[in-house]
Amino acid sequence: MWTYAAQRVLYAIPIALGVSIVCFCLVYLAPGDPLQSLLPADATAEDIAAIRRLYGFDKALPLQYLDWLVRVISGDLGISLQTNRPVLEEVLRALSNTLSIAVGAVLLAFVLAFTLGTIAAYNRGKLIDRVATALSAVGVSIPNYWLAIVLVIVFAVNLRWLPATGMGGQGSDSFNWLDWDQARYAILPMVTMALLPLGVVMRSSRSAVAEVLGQDFVQMLRAKGLRPIAILTHAVRNALPQILAIMGLQLGYLIGGSILIETIFTWPGTGFLMSKAILTRDIPLLQGTILVLALAFVAINLVVDILQTVVDPRVKRA
Amino acid sequence: MSTDTAAIGSVPLLAKAPRGPRHSFVRTVVARLRYDYLTLFFMGVILLAILSAVFAPWLAPHDPYATSMILRLKPVGFEGHLLGTDELGRDVLSRILYGGRMSLMMGIVPVLMAVLVGGLLGVVAGFAGGWVNMIIMRIMDVFYAFPSVLLAVAISGTLGGGVVSGLLALTLVFIPSMCRITETATTQIRGLDFVEAARASGASSGSIILDHIVGNILPPVFVYASSLVSVSVLLGAGLSFLGLGVAPPTPDWGQMLSSLRQAIYVQPIVCALPGLAIFIVSLSFNLVSDGLRQAMDIKA
Repeated sequence: MWTYAAQRVLYAIPIALGVSIVCFCLVYLAPGDPLQSLLPADATAEDIAAIRRLYGFDKALPLQYLDWLVRVISGDLGISLQTNRPVLEEVLRALSNTLSIAVGAVLLAFVLAFTLGTIAAYNRGKLIDRVATALSAVGVSIPNYWLAIVLVIVFAVNLRWLPATGMGGQGSDSFNWLDWDQARYAILPMVTMALLPLGVVMRSSRSAVAEVLGQDFVQMLRAKGLRPIAILTHAVRNALPQILAIMGLQLGYLIGGSILIETIFTWPGTGFLMSKAILTRDIPLLQGTILVLALAFVAINLVVDILQTVVDPRVKRA
Repeated sequence: MSTDTAAIGSVPLLAKAPRGPRHSFVRTVVARLRYDYLTLFFMGVILLAILSAVFAPWLAPHDPYATSMILRLKPVGFEGHLLGTDELGRDVLSRILYGGRMSLMMGIVPVLMAVLVGGLLGVVAGFAGGWVNMIIMRIMDVFYAFPSVLLAVAISGTLGGGVVSGLLALTLVFIPSMCRITETATTQIRGLDFVEAARASGASSGSIILDHIVGNILPPVFVYASSLVSVSVLLGAGLSFLGLGVAPPTPDWGQMLSSLRQAIYVQPIVCALPGLAIFIVSLSFNLVSDGLRQAMDIKA
């Protein structure tokens, strides 16, 4: 296992470097002088000259990248043009807000999707299976930003049960699940987010459980006269590692793809931060957020890969 | 449908591969699809969506740009405005019809471009193998390391938004997965006996790729591409929802959804309509892709 883990870590390093190169190049993608996009519009000539020297824009591109990389590794992602605060600080605070709904969303999605998928697999071909399959097709194709709006219409506009936007009382910065006054703001964003991976995970749960149910040892269990519930327990235990791996990836997708949902609910997470950065053309903030999110995604993938071999040693051979 | 021509174009190529009688693959697929009413139905929905976008100028009851201060935010079924009016008094039905042009383009064009670029890279990587394969596929892995929404927003956001940057961003998002699909398929086919036979009889790499590889990887590529259109419609509308798509007066489903959102307390139903259009088109492509996968007997 340790050799495998070491292999995966070694493999993740070039990927992470590649990700950093893509993020570095983003500044050069932005229209105009890259220097301009790093500076506020009213910067003086001395400021520009100082930053040019500081950031080494007079050097060759690969050298600039190396300088940038060294700064990034030491935790300096630049300064936000809008707030004048370090980008890393802004991103980390937003990330904690995103995680508070994303983790809940993944757990909720996992429980719902795995239950439905298992029921569908056990009743293959029956009505309940077809309904579940149809639901998962709907789940995959539904635009989450639209679903968010529909949920707001139903629960905030018509029923008035939950607040439509924001995070807790008077623009507070920290979020606490245990305080109902705050937690009720998180419910709609979390449920919308949970519905996002539902279709995919249900589909994979169904096929994973169905595959195990088709194996010889299940036939054997049936022949021995085990009750359906006992058989299902065996099937679930065999299918679970695969689904856990998919769930891990989905957590990464949710954190990276939260921009639409957070914009709609004005939830001050990383997605909201990005959409603010795009609107205000705050390129350092945009670049920093993307870098942190992409690296988090690489790290999650790595952890999932390694955890999977711990839970299910067969994976290594594949 | 423009994507259909790709499959028809593959017929002579498929027939060159020594597998059963002429045209048998297409015939089998068509025969299977004929009784798959669900897939046929959603194919019809897609055709209808494309036709109504193309013929929007003739179908739309009103000018999609004509504003009216008096007729603002009228409900569904308001006389003269079947689906109501938006915050500037523009006819929502007309705007949905016209908006389909931009939204469907955002769905189909990036996928076609990704099929060309990603497909080419994948075939080269799969056919060449060795270090060429390694370099291409490792670069693709880097782009795989970004969640798709994040990558699309990152590229389109730094480019400053707009239709062209949106198309570019989505294309770049789809290239890695398209490349991976074609690479896997090409690697499998490259090892088959008939490719060996073609090589033994003196065929050049170029003619093997054109005559044997391309024809045989088209079915999985076509199925995968049609499911990507479903994703591309969602992402494209999402980008314009964030203000990264087409500039405001031009109708687009994502952008309509975003501007109507301000009126959510006044006309919730009208406000939800553009999203319904996105959902229906995306669902249709998804289910048609599933149907084709089954008819072509391709493993997921």
